[in-house]
Amino acid sequence: MIDLICICCPEGCRLQVDPDHDYAVTGNRCPRGETYGREEVISPVRIVTSTVRLTSETVPRLPVKTDRPVPKSVMFQVMDEINRVVLNPPVRLGQPVISDVAGTGADVVATRTVTA
Amino acid sequence: MTETDLVIIGAGPAGMAAALAARARGVGRILVLERNGFYGGILNQCIHNGFGLHYFGEELTGPEYAERFSTELASAAVDVHLDTMVLSVSPDRQVEYIGPKTGYQVVSAKAVILATGCRERTRGQISIPGTRPAGVLTAGAAQRYVNLDGYQIGRRIIVLGSGDIGLIMARRLTLEGAEVVAVVELMPYSSGLTRNIRQCLDDFDIPLLLSHTITEIRGKHRVEQVTVAAVDADRKPLPGSETRFDVDTVLLSVGLIPENELAKGAGIELDPVTGGPIVSDRMETSVPGIFACGNAVQVHDLVDYVSAEGRRAGDHAADLLLNEPAAKEDLISLTATGDITYVVPQQIRQSSLSAGIDIFLRVKRPLPGGGVITVCADGTPILRFRRKHLNPGEMERLTLPHQVMSQQTAASFSISVEAP
Ligand SMILES: Cc1cc2nc3c(=O)[nH]c(=O)nc-3n(C[C@H](O)[C@H](O)[C@H](O)COP(=O)(O)OP(=O)(O)OC[C@H]3O[C@@H](n4cnc5c(N)ncnc54)[C@H](O)[C@@H]3O)c2cc1C
Ligand code: SF4
Repeated sequence: MIDLICICCPEGCRLQVDPDHDYAVTGNRCPRGETYGREEVISPVRIVTSTVRLTSETVPRLPVKTDRPVPKSVMFQVMDEINRVVLNPPVRLGQPVISDVAGTGADVVATRTVTA
Repeated sequence: MTETDLVIIGAGPAGMAAALAARARGVGRILVLERNGFYGGILNQCIHNGFGLHYFGEELTGPEYAERFSTELASAAVDVHLDTMVLSVSPDRQVEYIGPKTGYQVVSAKAVILATGCRERTRGQISIPGTRPAGVLTAGAAQRYVNLDGYQIGRRIIVLGSGDIGLIMARRLTLEGAEVVAVVELMPYSSGLTRNIRQCLDDFDIPLLLSHTITEIRGKHRVEQVTVAAVDADRKPLPGSETRFDVDTVLLSVGLIPENELAKGAGIELDPVTGGPIVSDRMETSVPGIFACGNAVQVHDLVDYVSAEGRRAGDHAADLLLNEPAAKEDLISLTATGDITYVVPQQIRQSSLSAGIDIFLRVKRPLPGGGVITVCADGTPILRFRRKHLNPGEMERLTLPHQVMSQQTAASFSISVEAP
């Protein structure tokens, strides 16, 4: 039995994952915990959040995130690509900023709308 | 002097939810005053994800969560003044403010909601010996510089205090290429959420030094070195346990306190433990017609509960404005005892007993084996809640069910916790 703490939301449910029984998960208060428990044991992934440079007068930084979790092992490669981006406003929330970042299949998307 | 129905101070998640709720209930003239140039308050600098799972059923970043509300607020019939600082609120609800478009104004409101959020404790409030070089800043200020302004704040960093902002910033700065040498915590446990310890420290092998503190900060112009020592059970540094770290930056994440200057000025009674106003279950303060919600009342870990509290304040302010003002009601006190640090609300209206009441509390120390929370009416136990884990860093929410509460005739309620 592997003890984990679900990090999908601040509730922090205590999970038990049973590698001997098809990675069955218990202790989760919602279905996300089950997916997390399984993946964390088999191949851990994380959402990466950061900012990219904007050429705006009033908003120097645009917050961004990967639109899905990426393998923990490539977090720094994702950061490298994010740090090379400079954007011109307007940008709308959800707009892709990098596609297929670090070959993960995930896109980096804007998490805020900036009009000017 | 102009008049209005409802003034809301602060356009963070608490203030936005309050404004939308009051508007939905039909309050006519609502004025929201916000000192920043944008909506969303602290959420704008919280670019990490983990917001809104309860409220929206999905995991959002701070700015995304804020934008859901601000979009709705921008299209609602609510007046919002940005870049506008509220200077004072009087006990009879005259609100004094100053803004670039309006200049200096005083508005008289029938109801006021304080949604001013919280502020960070600073070095002055915790006193570390040594020189006063540059490079010592609060974790929240660092978050603002890095996430909103795009500055690099340092290369080798130590964090004092394991509050959530400190943990989040340890990860953020590591991802940006800095080296975070350690997070130092005076207490034998962290005050941050467990999930943050895991994904912000463990993921990057950043050591968490529990029962340790910084005893000295040295540096001529900029921080050069700090001394860290273990502490004994009385939190006194243990001689001989010192380690030195060469760092250029010290982040302080030593706690948040409700922004309570306006409340003090209005003569509102404060809770010495939360630092925020004492409120009833309708989020009304000791001054009639002045409500409070969000981090201005108690420091929350979950924005979802902040929005819920804001909505409750907006609803009850609407009740006060739209319905015949209820006859003066008796308030029953709800008091935290023993290992419960505080409970909010601190007062319950007689008429709320029939509806059931949501309460929030924190415990003083971790109860790893869980605990039983007991509610007493005039000293007699009436409700028990079992919790598998209790932690000072995690706020607990309980619903006192109407089936039990409506039977009560007590003059006071109290709440306590024991290991099972
Ligand atoms: C670093 C950090 C990380 C967090 N992480 C998470 C997380 O992962 N998940 C989660 O669910 N929650 C998280 N939270 C908690 C949650 O986001 C906050 O509790 C919530 O945003 C507080 O909302 P608020 O509206 O009460 O306060 P704020 O957002 O602080 O808003 C208060 C507003 O009032 C304005 N104001 C204050 N005084 C005046 C004045 N005199 N005149 C005019 N305006 C004024 C301020 O400018 C501000 O905009 C985090 C909090 C912090 C600080
Ligand atoms: S199991 Fe669900 S409720 Fe529990 S921490 Fe995970 S996401 Fe949150």
